[in-house]
Amino acid sequence: MAISSTVPKRKIQESAGDKILIFAIYVILSLVLVAVLYPLIYIVSSSISSPAAVVSGKVWLWPVDISFRGFQTIFKTPLIMTGYGNSLIYMAAGTVISVTLTVMLAYPLSRKTFFGRQGILMLVMFTMLFSGGLIPTYLVVKELGMIDSRLALLIPNAIWVWQVIIARSFFQSTIPGELVEASEIDGCSDWRFLRSVVIPLSKPILAVLVLMYAVGQWNSYFDALIYLKSDNLYPLQLVLRSIIIQNNSGGAMDISVQVQRAQLAELLKYSLIVVATLPVLIIYPFVQRYFVQGMLVGSVKG
Amino acid sequence: MKGSVATKIRGGIVLLQQTTRKDQSMKHMYSIKNGYGRQAAKSLRSHWQLYLLVIPPLLFFLIFKYVPMVNAVLAFKDYNVVAGIWGSPWVGLKYFRMFFENPIFWTLVKNTLLLSFYQLLAGFPIPILLALMLNEIRNGRFKRFIQLVTFAPYFISTVVMVSMIMLFLAPRLGFVNIALQSIGLEPVNFLGEPDMFRSIYVWSDIWQTAGYAAVIYLAALAGIDPTLYEAAKVDGASRFQKIWHVDLPGILPTITIILILNVGNIMSIGFEKIYLLQNSLNLPKSEVIATYVYSMGLLNANYSFATAVGLLNSVINLILLVAVNSFAKRISNNSIW
Repeated sequence: MAISSTVPKRKIQESAGDKILIFAIYVILSLVLVAVLYPLIYIVSSSISSPAAVVSGKVWLWPVDISFRGFQTIFKTPLIMTGYGNSLIYMAAGTVISVTLTVMLAYPLSRKTFFGRQGILMLVMFTMLFSGGLIPTYLVVKELGMIDSRLALLIPNAIWVWQVIIARSFFQSTIPGELVEASEIDGCSDWRFLRSVVIPLSKPILAVLVLMYAVGQWNSYFDALIYLKSDNLYPLQLVLRSIIIQNNSGGAMDISVQVQRAQLAELLKYSLIVVATLPVLIIYPFVQRYFVQGMLVGSVKG
Repeated sequence: MKGSVATKIRGGIVLLQQTTRKDQSMKHMYSIKNGYGRQAAKSLRSHWQLYLLVIPPLLFFLIFKYVPMVNAVLAFKDYNVVAGIWGSPWVGLKYFRMFFENPIFWTLVKNTLLLSFYQLLAGFPIPILLALMLNEIRNGRFKRFIQLVTFAPYFISTVVMVSMIMLFLAPRLGFVNIALQSIGLEPVNFLGEPDMFRSIYVWSDIWQTAGYAAVIYLAALAGIDPTLYEAAKVDGASRFQKIWHVDLPGILPTITIILILNVGNIMSIGFEKIYLLQNSLNLPKSEVIATYVYSMGLLNANYSFATAVGLLNSVINLILLVAVNSFAKRISNNSIW
């Protein structure tokens, strides 16, 4: 992410106009920083405050009367825990399937001797421009008997064209043609070359693919919304939607006192947001550069 | 074992690389030895493993992308579950006519377009401004921290994003209304006001994606020829003049490409977030083509009608993208194909 400055530091005194401009930029960027950070801090602070403090609006920046009631309730609610488990399954299985299929397509497309690669590439890219639409796709999934099965979340959107494009341009630019020719002379098969040379040399792009598919799978809800019916298959995102957006408490609370119940329901929403987002946000600072890399590799035309 | 094979191959390759580079005829001999006239047959024979590899992914595209395109003929048929897609009777443009004659048609088109244009007008320049400002910051730590923070919301899921919006803007308990009340203003039911819907959608989207979108412009800025800055300095350009005359022209090709992509997507504004933000009060402004297709098709099982509406949308989208692309090609030589 760090893109170093291309201009050497000025030695001469800056003009007044320049000083004003740079001051304004610092002020604006600081405001942007606050605007982005505040909601995030507010959510985390609320999630570890006491139910009463959350409801009465006492929390405005830091936690008030720290309590972990929200998290305790989450871990005692079967619906939420099932959703969490499901999401982990979908993320793990989906990522394996997606990355495998993407490499299987992107690698041959990166080989110059692979006859027909332009045609295949166009066929694949056209699906970015035009689609049959929601209902025709739904009918295909239905025909295949995938409705209300875990496969519906793993297969119908397994390959993202964008990922194929970035993986292909990575292979093209990092695996030299001479390497392929040399291995061919050595009698190394394409399959073995992919397994023992390309894959070990492509760890950076594999990291990009794994992360993007994993985050995408963890965050998605649409396929689950249209293809799943039984709530024991629901991923966490659908459970969140039901509890926070549709305001169903999901059998999360067995407290009989009405007021406490309402307060806890409110707190639960904040805690749920934290629980659902934390896995992604914790690894994010360490993997950010891979995402940036992925975006920039993809922006190379051709 | 696996590792040793790889090192062995890599070791051998270095040697061979040198020989092949020096002696190009070796490569020639190799292809002559194989001796296939027809490129395709040769490729297929010597690289059958590659062809085997692409079969599963190609099947994926065939089944989940191309079959639905063919299935879209449903739009011209009266779908009957028993008869299936191909057995159902043809009805021509019946469903398209039905859609055009429905008073909701203009509302949907208007809602979709207004939301998209608002999104484009507000959401497109902000990442550019953000990148230009970040590029002026010489303090590396501050710059990296801002980038880290502004990029983060990109990883928040749509469901969580909408949940946050609903919690913050809640009529009684949301912090926005608590703040409003504390300065003596009346609380507002933001999500119940149809007129607020577009702003809520667009600005929350900017909050979530501006930092992400800025990355591409920052990369373009880093790629600008340093001699241009030297020249600007010699000419005594101020910071602002430098931004205006060097930075902006330098990232113009990137801006054009991103603009083409954005305009091309104008009719396909995301279903996921709108659907979650919808409620019966804001529906007059929040019902767009994508959500209508969902509710007609999957909730009301009106398959043919929903397919017709979706198909119309896809076709308009494709035409828009092609038109914008050829327009950009003509005026600036930048295009996505």
